Amino acid sequence: MSRRSFAPKVVTANHLLDGDVVYLSATGEWVRDLARAELIEDEAHAQIRLLDAERQKNVVVGPYLADMAPTGDGPVPTHFREAFRASGPSNRPEHRRAPPAPATPDPIVAPRDTVRQQDRQTEGAL
Amino acid sequence: MYQYDDFDRAFLDERNRQFRHQVERRVDGSLTEDEFRPLRLMNGVYLQLHAYMLRVAIPYGTLRSDQMRALADLAERWDRGYGHFTTRQNIQYNWPRLSDIPDMLDHLATVGLHAIQTSGNTIRNVTADHFAGAAADEIADPRPVAELLRQWSTDHPEFQFLPRKFKIAITGSPNDRAVTRSHDIGLRMIERDGEAGYEVLVGGGLGRTPLIGQVLRAFLPKADLLPYVEAILAAYNAAGRRDNKYKARLKITVLEGGLDAFRAAVEAEFPARRAAFTGVDQQLLADITTFFAPPAFRDADVGLLHTARAVDPVFRAWTDTNLHPHRRADHAIVTISLKAHGATPGDATAEQMRAMADLADEHGYGELRISHEQNVVLPHVPADALPALHRALKAHGLATANVGLASDIIACPGMDYCTLATARSIPVAQAIALALQEREAEVGQLKIKISGCINACGHHHVGHIGILGLDRAGVENYQITLGGDGTERAAVGERTGPGFPADRIVPAIERLIDAYLDLREGADEPFIDTYRRVGMDPFKAALYDHAEDTADAA
Repeated sequence: MSRRSFAPKVVTANHLLDGDVVYLSATGEWVRDLARAELIEDEAHAQIRLLDAERQKNVVVGPYLADMAPTGDGPVPTHFREAFRASGPSNRPEHRRAPPAPATPDPIVAPRDTVRQQDRQTEGAL
Repeated sequence: MYQYDDFDRAFLDERNRQFRHQVERRVDGSLTEDEFRPLRLMNGVYLQLHAYMLRVAIPYGTLRSDQMRALADLAERWDRGYGHFTTRQNIQYNWPRLSDIPDMLDHLATVGLHAIQTSGNTIRNVTADHFAGAAADEIADPRPVAELLRQWSTDHPEFQFLPRKFKIAITGSPNDRAVTRSHDIGLRMIERDGEAGYEVLVGGGLGRTPLIGQVLRAFLPKADLLPYVEAILAAYNAAGRRDNKYKARLKITVLEGGLDAFRAAVEAEFPARRAAFTGVDQQLLADITTFFAPPAFRDADVGLLHTARAVDPVFRAWTDTNLHPHRRADHAIVTISLKAHGATPGDATAEQMRAMADLADEHGYGELRISHEQNVVLPHVPADALPALHRALKAHGLATANVGLASDIIACPGMDYCTLATARSIPVAQAIALALQEREAEVGQLKIKISGCINACGHHHVGHIGILGLDRAGVENYQITLGGDGTERAAVGERTGPGFPADRIVPAIERLIDAYLDLREGADEPFIDTYRRVGMDPFKAALYDHAEDTADAA
């Protein structure tokens, strides 16, 4: 594969003890904040970092390389699955670990929601 | 209900002790993940998208109030204050820490619950009619048989490494509320010439190859159940494919080899198995049955119910949808909806679980059930207790009057939690429930079921309207099926055509509802009957007239 076609990656896994989504930082720490993850733009380096991660069998489970896009605020997911991993379940905002990442699909809304919420407010006022 | 004896308690304590040590050895590095994974799966521990997940079995959906309180304890002490009731009568905790799970299992053991074989290639939690022991239309209570199967299958040495997972469901009613035709083995308790026995179905299943179970034995004498089921498992264990995970379920064994060949293999196995059973199983069944004696029903004043219905329209609406006929005319089966409009289907907070346990004690002889439709059931409620029960449920946000209606949606966890998911399903359910809320009473009986991947935990194949969420080139896309049915009239739904993107799936479902209201012959013709009468074409037209709403044909 040519270097030009290599999509940037981060190393990600779940933490052994609490199952949390974690990312490998440039200094080799496992961090929960995707913005602090090392964005890897070289394929050979990515393989080395993945091997580093796989050796840490008693710290993390299931490390793999996930596609990311570079931004001024650090790596951001390009696929919605990684966006959900980065930000947490969408159905329970109180359990979000981060604001929705850019690749997060929009909330699914009932088209008449707005009207109905107004109705409810009226009912409440009565 | 069944109470653990000393043997059960000792077995469970030993098993939990073993798992505690396995977790310790994983944490200290003595076990690798590859070594640990099958061990944790045997004990119901998954690693999901954001965290570990513990799946606890609720055997045949039956709970005592003290067991429900223990489920609330787990949510509160070791998780994030809620639990999720699943389509297989289990409960899942989405946020446990690995090192806490042994304590959770020990706490469950104090009330006779466990997570054994809720995962892995084993015989899973045996599911049953959630109205078992209470329904007016029941021939026999399936729970003693389900408990016998639980004891027989738990840690059965021959069946710990099956080709794939194995699911058994049982019903004692001709009206199939347990989706028996979608299980590896479906058991229907029947009578023939006054003799009690079973119709045995095999090879049903959903997932990527949905198949309706076929009759393996039209009548199996009652005493032959365990040896016959064991013969089925043995034949499957030998013939089931281990080369391809997607072809490893019994349904594929039956499909590829044919029902007759599989029956021949079972019948060849059966005599030796039959001979090995000395009748101890039937003695055990008799002992177990004594635990399932009905409660000491009190007489109830039905007049009070009628008065309350006449004066309170909210109560009347709730009794119209959430009650089911009980075997006693002065009692009712109450379904507590966990489908408040806009909420996550099947989720209950610790506080709600405790409230339901208290209300079961106060009004329902201390008994609860969990349905595969992700609701909670109070199986025995005296008619004159219903108004007070309804008031109390309202105070806990548990009085939604929508059982059997459009917003009573089954949905798997989907992309919000599950590593296997290809799209979200919970938010689709939430949005559809809100969109249809105002007219669902007019729409009437309708089963919408949503899965976030092809494995079909949301039973979309047997939904009157089924929705399957897929990943099409990195974008969520939702396929619709129509005409599925999980009852005794079981059918697999037919795909309508190309799928819809996430922001178009709710309007698409609304167009189906509009079409149904136009097409039906009257308010007493439910969606599924209209579909069977008119077929796919008019619904297809309603869906795809708005061509801009679909994604490119996939």
